Amino acid sequence: MTTADFLIKNGQLPDGTKADICITDGLITSLGKEFKGAMTTTIDATDCIVLPGLVDLHTHLREPGREDAETVLSGSRAGAKGGYTAVSAMANTSPVADTAGVVEQVYRLGQEAGLLDVFPIGAVTQGLKGETLSEIGAMADSVARVRVFSDDGHCVSDPLVMRRALEYIKKFGGVIAQHAQDPRMTVGSQMNEGEISARLGLKGWPAVAEEAIIARDVLLADHVKSRLHICHLTTAGGVEIIRWAKARGIDVTAEVTPHHLLLTDDLASSYDPVFKVNPPLRTEADVVALREALADGTIDIVATDHAPHPTEAKECEWQEAAFGMLGLETALSIVQKTMVDSGLLSWSQVADRMSITPARIGGYQDHGQSLVVGSNAHLAIINPHQTWRVDRDLVQSKSSNTPYHGYELPGVITHTFYKGKPTVVNGVVTSGGGL
Amino acid sequence: MRHLLSIADLDKTEAISILDTAHELARVSEGAVKKLPTLRGRTIVNLFAEDSTRTRISFEAAAKRLSADVINFSAKGSSVSKGESLKDTAMTLQAMGADAVVIRHFASGAAQRLADSQWMSGSVVNAGDGTHEHPSQALLDAFTIRKHLGMGGSDLTGLNIAIVGDVLHSRVARSNVLLLSMLGAHVTLVAPPTLIPVGIESWPVKVSYDFDSVIPHVDVIMMLRVQQERMSDLFFPNTREYSRYFGLNADRMGNMKSGAIVMHPGPMNRGLEISAEVADSSRSVITEQVTNGVSVRMAILYVLLAGGALEVGSN
Repeated sequence: MTTADFLIKNGQLPDGTKADICITDGLITSLGKEFKGAMTTTIDATDCIVLPGLVDLHTHLREPGREDAETVLSGSRAGAKGGYTAVSAMANTSPVADTAGVVEQVYRLGQEAGLLDVFPIGAVTQGLKGETLSEIGAMADSVARVRVFSDDGHCVSDPLVMRRALEYIKKFGGVIAQHAQDPRMTVGSQMNEGEISARLGLKGWPAVAEEAIIARDVLLADHVKSRLHICHLTTAGGVEIIRWAKARGIDVTAEVTPHHLLLTDDLASSYDPVFKVNPPLRTEADVVALREALADGTIDIVATDHAPHPTEAKECEWQEAAFGMLGLETALSIVQKTMVDSGLLSWSQVADRMSITPARIGGYQDHGQSLVVGSNAHLAIINPHQTWRVDRDLVQSKSSNTPYHGYELPGVITHTFYKGKPTVVNGVVTSGGGL
Repeated sequence: MRHLLSIADLDKTEAISILDTAHELARVSEGAVKKLPTLRGRTIVNLFAEDSTRTRISFEAAAKRLSADVINFSAKGSSVSKGESLKDTAMTLQAMGADAVVIRHFASGAAQRLADSQWMSGSVVNAGDGTHEHPSQALLDAFTIRKHLGMGGSDLTGLNIAIVGDVLHSRVARSNVLLLSMLGAHVTLVAPPTLIPVGIESWPVKVSYDFDSVIPHVDVIMMLRVQQERMSDLFFPNTREYSRYFGLNADRMGNMKSGAIVMHPGPMNRGLEISAEVADSSRSVITEQVTNGVSVRMAILYVLLAGGALEVGSN
């Protein structure tokens, strides 16, 4: 007679088959029909989908420096609540994550929080200034084993700096995640440049400022034969460039955020800065192109760009407000709403776009594993038949800048398992550090 | 109507009723006793987070002629520049019992933020927000045009109006495009292509880059102020070249239709977008715009705070 720590009964695997899943010592130890044996805890997953734990390649945890907006712990709680078992902490903290010391601190804080793995992203350039390379090698060799480097929030706009960074990371198989935004074309920009910005008198952020950098960087990546990842793609034109680059065999991947799959620039008409985000919300035509590209694999993954800000950073005039919106707790629901319920993605493709492929891009070998016997028990269980109402006052994040306040969204995450231990039980986040 | 944030808040009937009310109130202003008791005991705050002496004194005169108490809150050099938020400023005004706030602000949408928030309960009048709108200016412009060229009608049907200059950054242009076209006028925007917003296709206007071809066909030429610092943002090579193609000078004025008028919201850059001969010519109605501004702003405050338009013909 076998024993198990947890039995997840009667859930549906991403491929559509029903199975009982046993978890023992952090691993999936059996998978199949009607498990018979002793177990400590049984979870009824009837009507639910069991996904590999979600992996976010683009998260702002704000610690160190802006613990008033988010901490590694509060961000970990938000991630767990959203079904994540790994997040990638962006480098634009204070101090910037441009040394081994800072990335090791963030990594350690993640381990202490114990709700998911926090993988720090290293800055490409010192202080995100775009001038000189940061200590990329030291960060790669540190305990945090950094493989993804990004100046996110800023574009690595100097083509020579970008070329050198792309070359340098080949030493250890890293990747540069580019925030594609030509800085000269977007000085003071507030929202997508187009019909709505013209009417509202808000300074435009033209699509071409994103597309020009993507075009340049895929050519650079091709030239030096390195690996490029494009953060938060937002434009139909950007999709076309990525499609072209992939057809040429260029080693490029791209992400889209949940909010760019759903929201459009007309929301700025309220002048409510909760809709102010960088890159900005675009047009309906862009949203359609992004959804199609995520479905056909031109866009590889969904990444949240979870960007917490304190109340006062949003409770002001649009142009004075900070860019960014929360994402971790709503991402899977938004993907279900925009991609699954519309028939564009299957649940197995959701597992690919939100777990397997982001883990592969980030080099997170312990994550993004298919659900087979012997895999790490990082799991997210979602009931796609239930809905929930987003309430900004009830989020796990320390901040409340969700653009979905009041939305009724499909898909309730009932459980999250990290290293075989539940971090979310019946929708409630456990205290941290496992059970 | 509780607030005036954008011309888009008005329908044609409401816009005409404000103009008609202004017409009635102008008659009061022409009398020996310029004051009406309508808003006695009401408090109106002029919240100016951006310098604009002419708009502020125009609203101040309007409020005082309606017997309201006026508080001028110049946020420049006061708390906003010291880092007080719009929210705190609004809550301060609420605590002081402001019945209406007339707000001029450097940020587009600031007036709407104030009106949509729960920070204060009074009426909000947008006196110019960033590069968004300046509805009271458009109303006074329409009032002035109607007075000169309206031929007794209530609207501006059939008139051809050119708005010339920095449309991209102009709140005056945005409000006027909405209002003048709603009142039946045909609006042509004239500017170098750099100063026409991307996305203008949905506006109810024609666009021309050739001022000279437009001049003989229009009844009104409304010049916009061009700020010198636009040069450094590469919108045009220099002021000389701007003037050569888009400045209204005596030669160009000579090609205007008989009876056509020249307008400018002020302050003017004489010698840049408008020459002194034109500004001081008999076609210029620029100082009259200022006079009409007081009547129109009285009408706006009257409609918002006294609960409806003044009946035409009443005293």
